[in-house]
Amino acid sequence: MAKYLLLKHYRGGPTPVVDFALIDQWTPDEVDAHMQFMGDFEARLRESGEFVDVQVLRPDGAFVRYDGEGRPPVTDGPFVETKDLIAGWYVIDVESWDRAVELAGELSAAPGPGGTPIHEWLEVRPFLSDSPAVTE
Amino acid sequence: MNEIGLRDLVPAVIGVLVRRGADFASAEDAVQDALVEAVRVWPDDPPRDPKGWLVAVGWRKFLDVARADTSRRRREERVEAEAEAGPGPVDAVDDTLQLYFLCAHPSLTPASSVALTLRAVGGLTTRQIAQAYLVPEATMAQRISRAKRTVSGVRFTRSGDVATVLRVLYLVFNEGYSGDVDLAAEAIRLTRQLADRIDHEEVAGLLALMLLHQARRSARTGPDGRLVPLAEQDRGRWDTGLIAEGVDILQTALARDRLGEFQAQAAIAALHADARTVEETDWVQIVEWYDELVRLTDSPVARLNRAVAVGETDGARAGLAALAELDPSLPRYTAVAAYLHERDGDPSTAARLYAEAARSAPSLPERDHLTRQAARLNAQLRG
Repeated sequence: MAKYLLLKHYRGGPTPVVDFALIDQWTPDEVDAHMQFMGDFEARLRESGEFVDVQVLRPDGAFVRYDGEGRPPVTDGPFVETKDLIAGWYVIDVESWDRAVELAGELSAAPGPGGTPIHEWLEVRPFLSDSPAVTE
Repeated sequence: MNEIGLRDLVPAVIGVLVRRGADFASAEDAVQDALVEAVRVWPDDPPRDPKGWLVAVGWRKFLDVARADTSRRRREERVEAEAEAGPGPVDAVDDTLQLYFLCAHPSLTPASSVALTLRAVGGLTTRQIAQAYLVPEATMAQRISRAKRTVSGVRFTRSGDVATVLRVLYLVFNEGYSGDVDLAAEAIRLTRQLADRIDHEEVAGLLALMLLHQARRSARTGPDGRLVPLAEQDRGRWDTGLIAEGVDILQTALARDRLGEFQAQAAIAALHADARTVEETDWVQIVEWYDELVRLTDSPVARLNRAVAVGETDGARAGLAALAELDPSLPRYTAVAAYLHERDGDPSTAARLYAEAARSAPSLPERDHLTRQAARLNAQLRG
């Protein structure tokens, strides 16, 4: 088994395939269907024994860095200028890269306006494992 | 004896070991070990005196560790000497109460107080506490052992500030539940236990508040996990038994005429519980209680909630005027503004504010709720 991160973005990544409206512009039924889909997706991952973690991030926050001995850290934020903003992630533990891609494809098909898939780009990233492979 | 009955005994047993000469940290570990053994042995061989059994086994566990630890040699000698003097009276002072104060000691951070209270007073295992707070077990173990070190120099005495204990219990209650431990139910159990031991109107006030909130819990969540706001809850699903108990406890506390913030909050909860329909809600009295709460706490959150209540009594305009006096960076300020603007007949401003509130919502259920509100109004505006 190998762990993968399925990363959702508020913005950034390749150009969207479908240019859909913000979720608060959808009809209440469309919002419900989307949220139901997300809940079902997580339930399926738990059921299949592939779920590790899910987290959603608020859009605010800041970049922070060290600014020298005895000085407070420098912060840069909120993220007005950044092109890329992470919205949240799933961590999955699956048999293969292909399975990770398959699951990301399912998640990207979450319904949007009119019930059609939103085709959202998801970033799929393999984890470096903790233990070296024994090869001798 | 069930798990709760067993855990009820934990603080008193720790107290006995401490009075016999064990330090708090070692006594607490020894009693946890004794609990593990009780769970293993009792189903086949239930003791006649469960507390005496836990004291005996806990004391043996403590001595085992003390003997094994050569750096503790001197203390062991002292302890052995005292132990030979006999077990001593078991209930001379209220050990449980002392533990509440120790675990909520002002030298501890709120998170440490919560963890230590759940373990030493609540008798939960580190694993259960870790699951409830969604952190690794090793992290919670470390938090608890650091907390125990912090209070190791504190004298095990009865005196302490009951307000700090109440804040810890309130924090536990508000955490809700995840994992296999229901923290709200656990907070109620611990507050009941405290109310049995100390005659204090704010302890009663907090217990009443918890019961009145708990009474509405199942109505607060829809079948798909969505948040159901107070006005839309099916009041038939409120637990009338808990409401009656909460109101009763509150009335007894209020009769003593020493008002505090928890009594005031409980009074507001009781007024909501009292209304069989949302239209029957006595908003005038609720505003008066919020005035009391603001006077007692000067809390911005109380002022924010007061603005909502003012909106119900004097109209949305008055609510918005009350809101305008507050700091817009307050959590949930924008959500309240959205609500009042909708009541004021301005759905387009309300929709914009609901969407904005969703972006800064502190929890996922709230974010989903606010998103739905925005979507509802936007659909309405499109006609």
